Amino acid sequence: MTAVLQTTPALEPVPGYRLSLRRFARNRLALAGLVAVVLFLLFCFVGPLIYSTDQTHTDLTQVNLAPSGAHLLGTDAVGHDELGRLMYGGKISLLVGLAAGVLATVIGTLWGAVAGYAGGWLDAVMMRIVDAGIAIPALFILLVVSAITTPDALGLIVILGLVSWLVPSRLVRAETLTLKSRDYVLTLRAIGGSHGRAIGRHILPNSVSTIVVAATFQVADAILLVAYVSYLGLGVQPPSTDWGGMLSAGLTAAYSGRWWLIVPPGLAIILVVCAFNAIGDGLRDAFDVRGRG
Amino acid sequence: MSVLEIEDLGVTFSTDTGDVPAVRDVSLYVRPGETLALVGESGSGKSTVALAAMGLLPGNARVSGRISVDGTPIVGADNRELSGLRGRTVSMVFQEPATALDPLTRVGAQIAEVVRNHRQVSRAEAARVAVDLLRRVGIPEPEHRASAFPFQLSGGQRQRVVIAMAIANSPGLLIADEPTTALDVTVQAEILDLLRALAADSGTGVLLVTHNMGVVADFADRVAVMLEGEVVETGTVEDVLLRPSHEYTRRLLAAVPRLAVGEPQAAGTAGEDPEERDSSASVVELRDVSVHFGRGRRTVRALQNVSLTVRPGETVGLVGESGSGKSTAARVALGLLHPDAGSVALFGNDLARTRGRARRSLLSGVGVVLQDPVASLDARMSVAECVAEPLRVHRRGMTAAQRRARVAEVLELVRLPGELAGRGPRELSGGQRQRVSLARALVLEPRLLVADEPTSALDVSVQRTVLEVIAELQGELGFACLFVSHDLAVVQEFAQRVVVMRAGSVEEEGPTMTTLLRPETEYTRRLIAAVPVPDPVLQRRRRASLGLEATA
Repeated sequence: MTAVLQTTPALEPVPGYRLSLRRFARNRLALAGLVAVVLFLLFCFVGPLIYSTDQTHTDLTQVNLAPSGAHLLGTDAVGHDELGRLMYGGKISLLVGLAAGVLATVIGTLWGAVAGYAGGWLDAVMMRIVDAGIAIPALFILLVVSAITTPDALGLIVILGLVSWLVPSRLVRAETLTLKSRDYVLTLRAIGGSHGRAIGRHILPNSVSTIVVAATFQVADAILLVAYVSYLGLGVQPPSTDWGGMLSAGLTAAYSGRWWLIVPPGLAIILVVCAFNAIGDGLRDAFDVRGRG
Repeated sequence: MSVLEIEDLGVTFSTDTGDVPAVRDVSLYVRPGETLALVGESGSGKSTVALAAMGLLPGNARVSGRISVDGTPIVGADNRELSGLRGRTVSMVFQEPATALDPLTRVGAQIAEVVRNHRQVSRAEAARVAVDLLRRVGIPEPEHRASAFPFQLSGGQRQRVVIAMAIANSPGLLIADEPTTALDVTVQAEILDLLRALAADSGTGVLLVTHNMGVVADFADRVAVMLEGEVVETGTVEDVLLRPSHEYTRRLLAAVPRLAVGEPQAAGTAGEDPEERDSSASVVELRDVSVHFGRGRRTVRALQNVSLTVRPGETVGLVGESGSGKSTAARVALGLLHPDAGSVALFGNDLARTRGRARRSLLSGVGVVLQDPVASLDARMSVAECVAEPLRVHRRGMTAAQRRARVAEVLELVRLPGELAGRGPRELSGGQRQRVSLARALVLEPRLLVADEPTSALDVSVQRTVLEVIAELQGELGFACLFVSHDLAVVQEFAQRVVVMRAGSVEEEGPTMTTLLRPETEYTRRLIAAVPVPDPVLQRRRRASLGLEATA
């Protein structure tokens, strides 16, 4: 394929994903988002190997220190190094956010694909369930369930996934409705191909752009939701923490001028969420090949 | 003086993948009252020339050369100057009447707006002019219809409204880009008559962009043939169509399927009487099939008591205008639609009663080729994967190597080079894609091929190749074929028997040559008469005799 590209630059059609890639690379904001996300991942997962701190034991001789050479971002009320804590909390935030976003997208994709493909009464019932789910605020369900179960990271992933699959399911259903009447799906059905094959081999692969874009926005939303829940003290429990939990712990300190306990996690949340949204926007524009054929 | 003069026009588009030259060194003119047809296959640049003459090229186009409309230069003119010209001195009729009109504005108001854009008249006066124009383009009860929305009109009426808008300010030049391509033949004939009358009445010059040689013969005075962005031949319609001098024009004309309209020849491939064959076995048989969509008052009766039979080895052409139910009938035959009444027998088994494995094995004897070369192949699969899909469904025991071998065999059958196997459908031309579809349909050696308008999206020369491949393979492999088409000329060449459908019912059927040359019903006669033949002399005679018939 590269050979084709090089020899005849003008008239030979270029594979769709290459054009998409090129369009994405030209979108500065999206590229900046991608770089930011990669940097945050490195910071949270590789950072602790370089900048190693003790995040399990409290050290009451080192509490509430302002940023200095020894502690670049100071220490919190129980003596944890704040920079180290930002990495440690970010690990949970990003992990939970990514996993919950992916889980929500997977559930939503399957639900939407089946509903759209089946059509008729099954579609009606499945989509009314989605409507009902959307009518109840996700945050409300999330808070109630978290209050009852006080979940760990895995628990949070599952709960978040289960409350936020509704929007992707609607998107994928809409996509499926158009794809299922495509000629290649009709041809497959006419020669006796199975429904599973139609969905698995044709409809899902062709909805992949919709799914990926939806997943990106889901991750951003999930990171924000985790922060909400932890901020309210219903997320992961100490000594474990995440950015939302750090905000919550630092809130009282902010009034006494210890900004380093609240600005870094707050900024981290804002940056990561914006970065994922920028990637999502970029992907959506890059994949939209309609009108450019 | 000419109403349109184009000198050394060059147009280049800059795109994501580099510069694409679309038009080179094109020079042509249109005199008042004459029609110049700009013909060529897709990608020849004919529409680009038309858009350039309107100053409507997209922002990524670079234009060189000179274009003048009624003495006013177009190239380099600013938007205000162009707006003053468009709709008054030059106006355009587009291909798709459904999208050329604003769906939320009444047609009378849309025409009145065009009038008021260029003339200082009151609203009431403009509305009166709009009604007059609707009358001129042959809309019945124009006072009443002026307050209709576009969706309340048929496709042909919508195109009449578009034409009314185009002639609202009596322009000197009318540019018509495939004005009848989206319409049925009978409607096409009416629209061409209308355009011809308008041009003759008002001395308007017409630039007609089309791929249809029949339309050219019917309508044009002069012809310019385009190939790969250049004009290769110009001349009067008789010279170009009957005595073409350029090699490409000759090839193009040779590829056009011609509807024989004279007396049937004594012998011919299609002359064989199918009744003499063994009529007991049928490959597929529809018995009194009815299909309706929707419920209650909005029910659409798509098929009513349709019966048709395809026997082993024969090709049955299913013809009719849009909405006649021919594609619906094909879908019923394929088992994609369940009839509300009647039954379908595929290879002698009742399709509705067969389930599970038996149904699957029954369907493995069917191959399908559908109309749209883009939508027929999954763009995410390679050509080899597309062709191998039926094998994966029905020959589960096959190894990857056996599959590869079989795919290579079938690609060769449809005359595609083996190295295409690894390519994606996006990299292929329309004709190549339809041959991949055909390869996929034939990979299981079906006993029945259902082809729904397999070539109607293709250029004539490509259509010719695809049809030849199908006919040749049919001779070799002996499958039966249900061939759905709106193109009577193609069906006449290709099918032994023909079934004419109209409004969901079978109007008449019989051996192709008999039915198409001596049709029994008035409807079939009108359908055949409406098809323009690509011979200006013959077409003029047909039109004259038709006019006599109509007045008689």
